[in-house]
Amino acid sequence: MSSRNSNRSARALFLWAIGLAAMLAFGTAAAPAHAKTITVTIQKLVFSPANIQAKAGDTIEWVNKDAFAHTATVKGGWDVMIPPEKSASLVLKKAGPVDYFCRFHPNMKGHVTVSP
Amino acid sequence: MAIRMTAVLAASCLFLAGVPAHAAEKPTDPQIAHIAYTAGVIDIEAAKQALKKSNNKEIKAFAKDMERDHEAVNKQALALVKKLKVTPEDNPTSKALTKAAKAERAKLSKLHGAAFDKAYIANEVAYHKQVNGALNDVLIPSAHNPQLKDLLETGLKIFQGHEEHAEHVQSELK
Repeated sequence: MSSRNSNRSARALFLWAIGLAAMLAFGTAAAPAHAKTITVTIQKLVFSPANIQAKAGDTIEWVNKDAFAHTATVKGGWDVMIPPEKSASLVLKKAGPVDYFCRFHPNMKGHVTVSP
Repeated sequence: MAIRMTAVLAASCLFLAGVPAHAAEKPTDPQIAHIAYTAGVIDIEAAKQALKKSNNKEIKAFAKDMERDHEAVNKQALALVKKLKVTPEDNPTSKALTKAAKAERAKLSKLHGAAFDKAYIANEVAYHKQVNGALNDVLIPSAHNPQLKDLLETGLKIFQGHEEHAEHVQSELK
C-alpha cells in the first residue's frame, strides 16, 4: 500500500519535471526567433564581416578592438559612435539594404541587408 | 623660399629612397620609427593650431579627430619601440619634415577665418598624401621588424582614412 503510493507520487513528480523541462526548453528556444544580435568586429580598420544579413528588429553589435574611435554611419541615417576598445550596438528598424562607413576613416565600409 | 625648397627636397627624398637604385639608402628600423613618430607629432601640432585658431565647426571636429588618432598611433608606437628595445634615431628625413612643418605653421599663423580654414585643410590633404606615399613606397617596404611593419600598415590605413576625410571636409568648405 505504502509502496504503491510512493510509486504514484514519484510518477507525478516525474511528469511534472518533464513538463517544466519542456516549458523551459520552449521558452529559451522561442527568444532568439524574435530578434538576434549580430556581432561585427572592428580590427585594424576593417569591419568584419563587412557584409551581413539581418532581419528588422535584430541588433548589430560592433566590437571595436582598435585603439582608435570609429563610427558606423549611414548618410542621412544612423551615426553610431564606437569608442576605442569598446562596443556599441544598434537595433535595425527598417528593412532594406544599407551601406555604412566610419566618419573618421571613410575608407572603412560595411553593408547590411535588412529583410522585413 | 629656401624653406619651401627644403620641404620639396624632403618630400622628394622620401619618395626617391623607394627607387631600387637607392636601395643602400633605405632607412633603418630606428630611423623609420623616428620618421613615423615625427610625422604624427607634426599633425598633432597642426591640429592644436587649428583648434586654437578656427571657428569652423567642421574644421574643429576634423582637427580633434586628427589629434585623437595621431596621439593613439604614437602611443602604440612608443609602446612598441619600448618593447622591442629600439631607440628611435633622428635622421635627415625627420629633420626635413619638422623644418617644413614649422614653416607651414608660421605661414598658417598669419591667416585668419575662412582663409586659415582653407589653407589648413589643403595642407592636411597634401600632408597626408605625402606621408601615405612615404609609408607605402619607402617606410613599410624598408621595415625589418614584423611588428613595426604591422603598426605602419595600420597607420597607413588610418592616414588613408584621414586623407579621404580631409578631402571631404575640403569639398564641404567650398
